[in-house]
Amino acid sequence: MILVWLIVIPLVGGLLCWQIERLGGKATRWVALITMLAELLISLGLWTQLDFHLPALDGTQTQWALEYQVAWIERFGISFHLAMDGLSLVLIALTSFLGVLAVLCSWNEIVHRIGFFHLNLLWILTGVIGVFLAIDLFLFFFFWELMLVPMYFLIALWGHSDSKGQTRIGAATKFFIYTQASGLLMLVSILGLVFAHHASTGEYSFSYQVLLDTTLSPTLSSWLMLGFFIAFAVKLPVVPLHGWLPDAHAQAPTAGSVDLAGILLKTAAYGMMRFALPLFPEASQTFAPIAMGLGLLGIYYGAVLACGQQNVKRFIAYTSIAHMGFVLIGIYSGSELALQGVVILMLAHAFSAAGLFILSGQLYERLGTRELGKMGGLWGRLGSLPGFWLFFIAASLGIPVTANFVGEFMVLFGTFTTAPWVVVIASFGLVLAAVYSLILMQRVHYGPPRGKTALRGLDAREFAMMLSIVALLLWLGVYPQPLIDTTESSMSEVQRLFAPSDTMQEAD
Amino acid sequence: MPFAEMIAYLPLILVAATAIAVMLGIAWRREHAVTVAATVLGLVLALIAQAFAWRVIPVHTVLLNFDGLALLAGLLILGSTLACAILSHAYLESFHGAREEFYVLLLCAAAGGLVLAASQHLASLFIGLELLSMPLYGMLAYAFHERRSLEAGIKYLILSAAASAFLLFGMALLYAQTGELRIDVLMANLDQNVGIWGLAGVGMMLVGLAFKLSVVPFHLWTPDVYEGGPGPATTFLATASKVAVFALLIRLMLSVPALQGDWLRAVFTWLALASMLVGNLLALTQSNLKRILGYSSIAHFGYLLIVLVVADGLAAEAGGVYLITYVLATLAAFGVVILVSSTAGGDDAAALHHYRGLFWRRPYLTAVLTVAMLSLAGIPATVGFIGKFYLIALGVEAERWWLVGGILLGSAIGLYYYLRVMVTLFLAQPGMRRRDASNDWGMRAGGLVVLGISGLVILLGLYPAPMIELARILP
Repeated sequence: MILVWLIVIPLVGGLLCWQIERLGGKATRWVALITMLAELLISLGLWTQLDFHLPALDGTQTQWALEYQVAWIERFGISFHLAMDGLSLVLIALTSFLGVLAVLCSWNEIVHRIGFFHLNLLWILTGVIGVFLAIDLFLFFFFWELMLVPMYFLIALWGHSDSKGQTRIGAATKFFIYTQASGLLMLVSILGLVFAHHASTGEYSFSYQVLLDTTLSPTLSSWLMLGFFIAFAVKLPVVPLHGWLPDAHAQAPTAGSVDLAGILLKTAAYGMMRFALPLFPEASQTFAPIAMGLGLLGIYYGAVLACGQQNVKRFIAYTSIAHMGFVLIGIYSGSELALQGVVILMLAHAFSAAGLFILSGQLYERLGTRELGKMGGLWGRLGSLPGFWLFFIAASLGIPVTANFVGEFMVLFGTFTTAPWVVVIASFGLVLAAVYSLILMQRVHYGPPRGKTALRGLDAREFAMMLSIVALLLWLGVYPQPLIDTTESSMSEVQRLFAPSDTMQEAD
Repeated sequence: MPFAEMIAYLPLILVAATAIAVMLGIAWRREHAVTVAATVLGLVLALIAQAFAWRVIPVHTVLLNFDGLALLAGLLILGSTLACAILSHAYLESFHGAREEFYVLLLCAAAGGLVLAASQHLASLFIGLELLSMPLYGMLAYAFHERRSLEAGIKYLILSAAASAFLLFGMALLYAQTGELRIDVLMANLDQNVGIWGLAGVGMMLVGLAFKLSVVPFHLWTPDVYEGGPGPATTFLATASKVAVFALLIRLMLSVPALQGDWLRAVFTWLALASMLVGNLLALTQSNLKRILGYSSIAHFGYLLIVLVVADGLAAEAGGVYLITYVLATLAAFGVVILVSSTAGGDDAAALHHYRGLFWRRPYLTAVLTVAMLSLAGIPATVGFIGKFYLIALGVEAERWWLVGGILLGSAIGLYYYLRVMVTLFLAQPGMRRRDASNDWGMRAGGLVVLGISGLVILLGLYPAPMIELARILP
């Protein structure tokens, strides 16, 4: 039942925010903040109470730490089926933490239609948490699509329009059409899977565990796998399907960018690990070299294009594409070490990208611009902001003691056994990461200053936000073991389902 | 007449009787509110009678066949007529001219729809279709001092007459081939010996019916008529009239094996693909909400044609569910247009700029229109998603990949204009005060109907089981 509460709390909180706006903006912000803090506390509470070391008992049943199921649409065997394991718990904790940050970073930025803004913000988080909890494929798709609508409004109504004719509505529409159309492909795949199951057993079911056992012909299996992959690839994003991301980031308000980079991209990686690989293991293995190739492409493409960007948020958006390339490689490597690295890298990227986006929001509040050409020489004029900026830049290029280093290292190390050449090429991508990170730092903070007056430094709220992210990145960079322990059984389950042939070979 | 037949006919009788009563009432005294009350009362009674008819189905008579399909279609027709009647009250309050006759026309058309949906004889088919169409000419041209309304009425009249001619010619050919007028017998005969004239007859009948559904390439009248007609008339045209015709097509396709030949499926496949793409593509550049809804209905009937292509397994159920979802979403969307247009005479407030920033003045009314748009676009948590889910499921099950691809592409294109309408509602409002609903719209009957319908859109989107049960009574 607590799982239902996790979904209901932000849902109701959002409605409350909308209605309470008549009491003033402050009240709305506090309601939203308290909602997200409650969500965070619940997920942290669950973390301490639940046992995530449950082994897969007989190797056929996945073990969930918590489960909730009621019948929903019995005609097709669809149920409202939520379940939580280590992976979903970690991602939900991440979601609620970034939710708190998103509310905090809009504290001064959003001044119009505050109630409706927080309604949308909280409903995005509702959809994301639903995605992380749903293990009925219909329900998963339901939440997957549901989070798009509030995100659309967030970008379309509170975003910024560039001078170059890039409008926020255009960006929002692009985002929506990309993700919705690819989502429909996934729906077709889900239905194909369900009808294949129906053909062999005579029963309709959308349940994840039931469909895991479906026998598929190799051709059908690879087509269905592609449907899932494309939907997730658009959201991750994987390079040829990434067109929406830079626009959406550049035009979104800060909170939207934080959600987008921090959480929405992670739903795609989660979907791959939870659904695409386990449901279609053989097809995914055949596809793995292509996926890794796309990951490599993403690393280089993102890095090279980032260097040429003029808008600081577009810059960060392209670095996200590069980081997600590592995630994709790790997911398709099929080694448990790499998969655990993927989880850490996902968290690390969520923190560092969110940190950078929040900082660029704060820069915008002070400078009134996002153009790199109008920045420069800010070190010394902004109090402690450039220091934080330097830290997140360092994190994003993967300096040791930050979580990014641990994640990237584990991904590359774990992948080396299966695909050494991919690792070699990807490692050169790390050099490019250093290049673009330093370019960003250089162009924003060093160089000749554009003015002499000191700008407003960070206030307590901003300082606390930054400090908490820094602490988390350092904690995961120095001692990631608790996280690895939590997600270990989920990841080994994914690995077992994904690579049955490999494990058999090892057993021989 | 046996008791069961009596019960089955009762809704039709009640609607016809109400039409006569209202007509006589108008002759005696013009009283808008009383006329509306009588109309609504008659329609509610007919709906109740429909619930009783549910117990006695199936009832077969020579002319009409009351089965699950006829009852579901009847329910939708009566429901949307009821909504139209109540919304007309809000709309016609500010109308300069005779208001009461509109309800007579509305009731006659509803009776025609009921006959058409249940017909299984070429005679009842034609009577039903004409009884449905004739009053619509009058309704569309009701605001005849507006040029556009008159144009819409005449356009519909001429093209509809041409379509009827096709239909009649087709019937004549079929009769010449088989010597029968009862559809089931006729088709059974045709099964053994189709012949070139039989094919031509079926083809011509399809042209006539496709015109009413505004399937591409018979769609040319749709946007102009949608735009020009008074709100309630267009609403009726978009919902009840199309439901009745589509119910007839489902009956023909599902019950008659002769119509399931490959060539016919190929024809429907092409019509479906053309409608999905053309409807959605042409809607992209429109800036008039009623025209957008017109093109969107072309696309939606393109999606629906999949039911006729597959005509097997889930098909009837999917058709029923999709019709319900389409009617609900369309009623909600048009309801808002009617309420916004209702305060002043003249043209309807349908241009998108009339709706700019509506949210900041009328949040709940905007919520209704947003929900309707999301539902038409097929986004989860609205009933439209369940409909789209059914159609994609149907296509996947029957492995009609081209049609599934068409739905995906069509939905992706369609999103663009649905989103455009949606975001317009939320933009900053222009300084000039534009068209608006009356201040107490939410307390009035029309407002309540619209709110109720949008509530249903959400409710059935979250818990569709009752709707599915309803649709499962189809053959």
